[in-house]
Amino acid sequence: MTARLPVRALLVAIAIVILGVFPIVFSNPTTTSIAVFTVIYMVAASSWNMFSGYSGYIALGHAVYFGVGAYALTLLANHLGFAAGWGVFALVPVAGIIAGLIAIPTGLIALRARRHTFVVITIAFMFIFQLAASNFAFTGGSSGLQPPTPLWSATSYNDHFYYVAAVILVATVALSWLVRRSRFGLQLFAIRDDEERARGLGVRVGRVKLSAFVLSAIPIGMVGGVYAYFLGQIFPQFAFDPLFDLSIALMAFIGGLGTVWGPVLGALVLESLQQYFTVQSGASQVYLIIYGGLFLAVILLLPRGLIPSVEDLIRRWRTRGAAQDRAREDGEGGRTGDVVKAAGAR
Amino acid sequence: MSTLIEAEGICKSFGGLQALSECSLTVPEGSIAGLIGPNGSGKTTLFNVMTGYERPTSGEIRFDGASITGATPEKVFGLGVGRTFQITRLFFRLTVLENILVATQRHEGWFRSVVRRAGSAAERDRALEMLEFVGLEQLANSPAGNLSYGQRKLLELASLLVADPAVLLLDEPTAGVNPVLIEQLSERIRELNRAGKTFLVVEHNMEFVMGLCHEVTVLHQGRTLVSGTPEEVRANPAVLDAYLGGGDDDDF
Repeated sequence: MTARLPVRALLVAIAIVILGVFPIVFSNPTTTSIAVFTVIYMVAASSWNMFSGYSGYIALGHAVYFGVGAYALTLLANHLGFAAGWGVFALVPVAGIIAGLIAIPTGLIALRARRHTFVVITIAFMFIFQLAASNFAFTGGSSGLQPPTPLWSATSYNDHFYYVAAVILVATVALSWLVRRSRFGLQLFAIRDDEERARGLGVRVGRVKLSAFVLSAIPIGMVGGVYAYFLGQIFPQFAFDPLFDLSIALMAFIGGLGTVWGPVLGALVLESLQQYFTVQSGASQVYLIIYGGLFLAVILLLPRGLIPSVEDLIRRWRTRGAAQDRAREDGEGGRTGDVVKAAGAR
Repeated sequence: MSTLIEAEGICKSFGGLQALSECSLTVPEGSIAGLIGPNGSGKTTLFNVMTGYERPTSGEIRFDGASITGATPEKVFGLGVGRTFQITRLFFRLTVLENILVATQRHEGWFRSVVRRAGSAAERDRALEMLEFVGLEQLANSPAGNLSYGQRKLLELASLLVADPAVLLLDEPTAGVNPVLIEQLSERIRELNRAGKTFLVVEHNMEFVMGLCHEVTVLHQGRTLVSGTPEEVRANPAVLDAYLGGGDDDDF
């Protein structure tokens, strides 16, 4: 245990350094633009996993909170007369909080149902919000809205958005890690495995599920705001996009549902590939075919996702080492009982 | 002995099916009470009603003198009524130790439950103590899904004990368990009972019930047929009728 901790800490430190220097090393605006989208999706997948991965309730309507964040930032910036520039980013946490507030009633309704019915209700919410945004006057209807456009130089334009999204990413992954090892996280996992029994052991399931649902909506609302400001315009069909829901779920599945790093890794691979193909081929829907193929491959070959499968491999490799140690110790008249205990404790 | 948990005049119907009608049961504090009856006589339904999983159509459940009718399962458990399930239920993807930690009762705000690590040192110690009590301490860190059927029953019992409930309702604790583990199980139950715990046990294993329980209640077609000591119940002709089929009743 003690030997593993520094290795993990080192890996996390390396990841943060790479995140920090990426736009300095790869300063080409095409590359940094891909990076902004990728980091936004890394936040979204990680945040979605904090609810759906941990609780087992597969929500396919988190685009609601992405869109609410996007519209909230744009509307507030326009109506409060924010000048284009860094100041607009102050609205990003506000966008997150508004998304969280919207998640309370929608979550309360959706979480009355279980499993499949829950999934269908979350999808329905997504379309209700998309329709609402296309029809209300204050959201600009189907022509959408434009947030203020900052006058930053083209070479470093993307970097501003990149660093704001990167800070949200670090905070979201830290939160996800915190939840996973907490008592709250344990209660979510208990709900995933057997909700009825969790109730029988005193877990207040209603409260736990709703608070996880709301918690997962907040970072998504925040990156929704960043997304709107980055693109400079939002439309109902892109703010409330069913493909957003499928993408983040797929990213979490590929990386490893319910793990801290799986969704982050899944988003890193899928979103950067998708953006790359879009830039290369110009046909923006080609990625859907690749998504489908990848999804099939993962379900068939790595049903639990990349991270758990790799962890299993490492564990097997380690226990083989341990078995050899044990054989040697037994040969020297070693204490078998202690070794069994140690193996039990991994 | 005062009554710790009791059901009075419980009726429960599912659509047209009357699962329980005017069913009553009292469990004195510090006793091991048995609940038996042919298949479909309403034993599990009565358990579900007593632990908040089902709401009775009419009647009242009292725990320690106060009504708990219609309380949620999480509330009932918090008050000190623990139950196991007929078909063992565990958190299969969590480890054995984590399974127990879920049941530790800690009254803290939501924020603290998010930022603090699951299972304080004291809670882990207590969980390990419970695992040792049921003989599963070697398996603390293996996934609960790897346990054998009998071990699962023991883990289910251990996870109730960590919350220190006043009364434990066990739904068929010996079903599918090998004889050695059954002996171990009844030994553990007796030991806990001597330490002051109250039990209500649903069982089909007559030897187990008759050897363990101070008092036995027989359910038949949703009604309380008789209540008394194992000897009284065994000698009662109505019980034989209920089990073997007499008159126009035919349960087999």
